[in-house]
Amino acid sequence: MNLTFREAVLTFKRAPLLSVLSVTTIAFSLFVLGLFGLVVINLQDALHGVEERVEVVAYLLPGAPIEATAQALKDVEAFPEVQSATYVSEDDALARARAELVELRDVMQELERNPLPASIEVKLKPGFRDTDHVAAVAERLRGFGFVDDVRYGRDWVQTLDRLRGLAAAVGFVVGAAFAVVAIIIIGTTIRMAVLQRSREIAIMRLVGATDGFIRRPFLLQGAIKGLLGGLVAIGLSFAAYLWINRYLLQSAFFTNEQAAAIVGFGALIGLFGSAMSVGRHLKRV
Amino acid sequence: MIKFTNVFKAFPKGGLALKDVSFHVAKGEFAFLTGHSGAGKSTVMKLIYADERPTSGDVRVSGYDVNQMRPRDVPLLRRKLGIVFQDFRLLEDRTAEENVAFALEVTGARSSTIPARVMRVLTQVGLAAKAQAYPRELSGGEQQRVAIARALVNEPTVLLADEPTGNLDERATRGVFQLLRDINASGTAVVMATHDLDLVRQAPYRVIELQEGALVYDSAVDEARDQAAAP
Repeated sequence: MNLTFREAVLTFKRAPLLSVLSVTTIAFSLFVLGLFGLVVINLQDALHGVEERVEVVAYLLPGAPIEATAQALKDVEAFPEVQSATYVSEDDALARARAELVELRDVMQELERNPLPASIEVKLKPGFRDTDHVAAVAERLRGFGFVDDVRYGRDWVQTLDRLRGLAAAVGFVVGAAFAVVAIIIIGTTIRMAVLQRSREIAIMRLVGATDGFIRRPFLLQGAIKGLLGGLVAIGLSFAAYLWINRYLLQSAFFTNEQAAAIVGFGALIGLFGSAMSVGRHLKRV
Repeated sequence: MIKFTNVFKAFPKGGLALKDVSFHVAKGEFAFLTGHSGAGKSTVMKLIYADERPTSGDVRVSGYDVNQMRPRDVPLLRRKLGIVFQDFRLLEDRTAEENVAFALEVTGARSSTIPARVMRVLTQVGLAAKAQAYPRELSGGEQQRVAIARALVNEPTVLLADEPTGNLDERATRGVFQLLRDINASGTAVVMATHDLDLVRQAPYRVIELQEGALVYDSAVDEARDQAAAP
């Protein structure tokens, strides 16, 4: 291990420019990925706020029996997707309408009869606030005999869903593209390092070094470059985050775990790139 | 120790590098491998250290069957051999001591034992005083001694020397050759490829001669036959 580490570090000394180049490329690849990650994180936060307001409302037929309604409320609360279910009586609905719709207060005062139906308002648990689950819950609510109609912001929920899907998909594509670029660049630098050291490698083989032994310093070197690239990328992302917060809008940064994951991902890219390259080029030396 | 049985080796582009070569080098023996350039000496060497595999026939070295051996066993075979070349093959950016230590490090020797073992072989080849010198600061003969020290440091059972004196002047040649004889005297088998016939005549060692890939003379076999034929 000692020798492996020494050899890996020696490569940085022997080809400093090449090493800086590969670290920089990984750093920029991960930086772009990091920026996108910040957008996704902040978008996710925003969506989360909106999501909490997703609810399904079941309007009841006039004169629905109280006992049956109370039982239904319990049943609905027992649905696995449901966070809470609240019964809103006709009177509650009218009171709420009076409070919320100030402009119509006069009209409401003059009503002889309460035109508003009683309803059950259902809030879903986080993770179930998407089209499929909302629709499934709505369908089950329709199954109750005393339910007249079920309403939920179908289009709204779908749009939200699509936005999130799009964000994840674009993130994945951009991430994959940059990972590939970084792997190719690391692979190229490793290839140059292998060729540069071909004489040394030939001598190592003659004196009985195993292929694994010859490969190890190159793998370590790739992983170190990836790790450094990841650290630089986190630094750049943080600078960008500070700038955005100061001049544009209040936003969130990665958690420590997410930052560590990005750095780890960099190391993994470096390791993978060098593994692909070193295996291929060692055969030719 | 080293046994070739009816070995053929084809060139990749056609033609034969070796034609039906058979010989046996015993433990502790010293054998010259002679012949003109292109006679097949280096091919024989490469087959011994498993850099090439025979097209047909059998090559056995230190208990390994070179035809059948798995790639991952090749390094294990090479650790039992010491190999020396005409062009020394030293690492230019390392001192004599580091070049020798390198051979131990790559085989995973314990680092605490390395300095003592390195100094022992450098002393054996007469270069203890130049341990800190870089190859460019050494004469050809001295560089070859470093290469020999590197070959010896793993305590091989066979030392393969492919034209070890090819790049040396006469005085350095004599010195290196004497060193190889001393190494052999201490029990290590030596196979030395050379086309320096003066050197071959000087010493009472076995001679195996190749011509265009065929074994045309083997003193061990031919002299025995001559003696048997004599009245």
